[in-house]
Amino acid sequence: MVTFRVFRFSPEKDKKPRYVDYNIEDTCGLTVLDALKLIKTDMDPSLSFRHSCRSAICGSCAVSVNGKNMLACNTQVDALGKSRIVIEPLPGYPVINDLVVDFAPFFGQYRSIRPYLVSESQPPEKERIQSVEARKRYDAPAQCIMCAACTTSCPIVWTDDKYLGPAALTKVWRFVADSRDEITDERLAMVNNEYGVWRCHTMFRCAEACPKEIDTTEAIENLRREVLKRAFSRRR
Amino acid sequence: MRKHDVVIVGGGLAGLRAAIETSREVDTAIISKIHPLRSHTGAAQGGIAAALGNETPDSMEEHAFDTVKGADYLCDQDAMEILINEAPKNIYELEHMGVAFSRTPEGKIAQRAFGGHSKPRACYAADWTGHTLLHTLYEQSLRQKMTFYDEWFALSVALVNGTCAGVTALDMKTGRIEAFSAKSVIFTTGGYGRAFKITSNAAANTGDGLGMFLHAGLPLEDMEFVQFHPTGLYQHGILVTEGARGEGGYLLNDKGERFMENYAPEKMELAPRDVISRAMQTEVNEGRGIGGSDFLHIDLRHLGKEKILEKLPQIHTLALDFVGVDAITDPVPIQPTAHYSMGGLPTTIDGNVISDAKNTPVDGLFAAGECACVSVHGANRLGTNSLLDAVVYGKQAGIAARDHAKGTQFVNFPDEHLREVESDVASLLAADGKESAPKLLTNLQNAMTQLCGIYRVKEDLELCIERVKDLLERFQNIGAADKGRIFNTELIDTIQTRNILEFSEVMAVGALAREESRGAHYRTDFPKRDDKDWLKHTMAWMEDGKIRLDYKPVTITKWEPQERKY
Ligand SMILES: Cc1cc2nc3c(=O)[nH]c(=O)nc-3n(C[C@H](O)[C@H](O)[C@H](O)COP(=O)(O)OP(=O)(O)OC[C@H]3O[C@@H](n4cnc5c(N)ncnc54)[C@H](O)[C@@H]3O)c2cc1C
Ligand code: SF4
Ligand code: FES
Repeated sequence: MVTFRVFRFSPEKDKKPRYVDYNIEDTCGLTVLDALKLIKTDMDPSLSFRHSCRSAICGSCAVSVNGKNMLACNTQVDALGKSRIVIEPLPGYPVINDLVVDFAPFFGQYRSIRPYLVSESQPPEKERIQSVEARKRYDAPAQCIMCAACTTSCPIVWTDDKYLGPAALTKVWRFVADSRDEITDERLAMVNNEYGVWRCHTMFRCAEACPKEIDTTEAIENLRREVLKRAFSRRR
Repeated sequence: MRKHDVVIVGGGLAGLRAAIETSREVDTAIISKIHPLRSHTGAAQGGIAAALGNETPDSMEEHAFDTVKGADYLCDQDAMEILINEAPKNIYELEHMGVAFSRTPEGKIAQRAFGGHSKPRACYAADWTGHTLLHTLYEQSLRQKMTFYDEWFALSVALVNGTCAGVTALDMKTGRIEAFSAKSVIFTTGGYGRAFKITSNAAANTGDGLGMFLHAGLPLEDMEFVQFHPTGLYQHGILVTEGARGEGGYLLNDKGERFMENYAPEKMELAPRDVISRAMQTEVNEGRGIGGSDFLHIDLRHLGKEKILEKLPQIHTLALDFVGVDAITDPVPIQPTAHYSMGGLPTTIDGNVISDAKNTPVDGLFAAGECACVSVHGANRLGTNSLLDAVVYGKQAGIAARDHAKGTQFVNFPDEHLREVESDVASLLAADGKESAPKLLTNLQNAMTQLCGIYRVKEDLELCIERVKDLLERFQNIGAADKGRIFNTELIDTIQTRNILEFSEVMAVGALAREESRGAHYRTDFPKRDDKDWLKHTMAWMEDGKIRLDYKPVTITKWEPQERKY
């Protein structure tokens, strides 16, 4: 038997959050998401959480499990090896209802970095040519599912809402690394400050949290290197 | 009341593609019940079709013929030709927007083989093609001016004397219901595989658009055609892309035989999905499932570790996470999974919704993507043609909706419509009956899977209709445990369940009426295709709680029906 201690907060009823325990007898083959769904259908229909694809691609279901951020849908309960599992909303953002948080700050940072490919030059009639190696360069960061597990793991984000955070910075790297993007200078200038790449203390908590195994810390390092490379070449 | 020239319901591939077209010239809003980046387009793995000829010479004629044959001649050939001819241009546009396509050694867009296609024409990004399409289109939409209503749940479409006046939607964060007045409304609410127990579709794929149309007195087209994908992860239904077979994977039965040899000796594992899913069901029925059970194997081992990790990384992880199997060292257990819905909201080739079998357009109402039925997929969609459908017809519908909005005035939004919707939701919230939506849904999914699935027969379908009717009856006695307004997911589940129950009845009624076998619709009591009586589209209305059927001719331009052999 596994006991799930779940964070509950109904803004219309509760003055402050409470924790409720739910027991599930047989957790064999269950993911954390399956467990939440079972609790909702069989024990308390009022439990609220986000989910959709149940296959680690839509990025809806990130929660904190025993203090670590992860996707509920690709985490097997038994693999956690615990008889008591605490499930809480991602830390740092306002709670709307139970495990549902308000992602406005997260998407605000994302929108601020011009998260789209910019290429003003006339494209060819067919596809642009991009070598296999050039394509590989942004392969990993392009797979980000915007789940926010990384950004909400970062202690700097918790205390400084101006810091762009690992997800937004990884997105910047995705475009800087793409040979088709034409505003590299602007992108590097955008992150070359105390709210960008220089704010990161390289604690690796973001990279550890990423369910898509994207090395967010490395993405930030790569951006730093590019920033320095340009500064250096300009001085010469 | 909110007001926008164009309101798009749905933020997936079709909705975003439409919005990019409309927002250049008219005020545009996107309403989406989940954040657009969470849309199920992101789960598409294998690729998007276009006869680019980057790997081997290819032509639009071949792509068109493959599609008509795959569709078992039920697609409208004028609509299908637009899809195919516009494909290359649309793919290049996507590349220019920033889609992360995999590349050939010369740096062109890479293409792979896919079932039912005679040439490798699936443009792909490893096995996360839908993800890069969805994210790229969302990114580009942020460059343009439009309003996003994220996590707003659309509840109804309002018609005034046959003209669309707008929609109503519930803001999940506050629980408030608002009217959206619009000159043009585009429905892009996606697929609806959640009517089945084993499905590759996300929890959000509940066919809300279909429910709203039925309530507005509008018809649904060809709802009996549901595609079962051969390779869903056993007991989960999560997709193992056809790309896995495109890359050379084998399907094996209990004896370790590549059983497709007995069903489609030429195409083998790359025969169309309906053919393979039926073959698998037959293998299981005849006792050749693995260990006599109800699943089979897909074997990738001979592809080698490197190719698996490079071309099918997501599949490798999904198999590990969900069935605990390492595809590099072991075959992966699979079973057919409800995957794609060919039917839906009927439209003209401009994406304009029609209200009858005579193609009478509904002023100001458009639809595109998986929820729509143009019909380009007929009785069976070829893999990779549906992302293409969402892009090409998303754009078409965008253009038509934009032009319509430019040449017309707002229709007054009827107050009483909003009040009716509000009181409906209030009564669902106040309900204290004994039934719960998840239980009704489980019952429905079991009935649909057992009685209206891969193989169908009269007696089963009659029983299925009886069960669905019974469940609709029981829905009247629903209860709400959560009376709150703020992000009440129980309420959302309840409304979605009602939508699924309603369109499921249409599916079963259409399937019972269609006494032939064509594409994905297979009747064991009528195992032959019957062009004399059934080369026509089903149209279905909900009238006083009953389903009424009518039929619409199929448009044939060049390709006369032939026997479909693989
Ligand atoms: C696992 C999987 C793999 C696939 N792989 C491929 C492939 O390789 N190639 C291919 O061509 N096709 C593939 N398909 C099919 C293809 O992905 C879909 O047909 C296509 O993505 C549908 O796009 P869409 O925009 O119509 O819908 P979706 O992307 O599902 O978007 C629907 C939108 O509607 C919104 N919505 C729904 N109801 C409401 C409501 N009531 N109120 C407000 N908003 C609402 C949702 O929030 C969402 O934004 C695959 C499908 C699945 C399930
Ligand atoms: S980098 Fe990883 S953890 Fe961060 S948002 Fe993207 S997928 Fe989630
Ligand atoms: S439900 Fe989509 S990522 Fe978990």
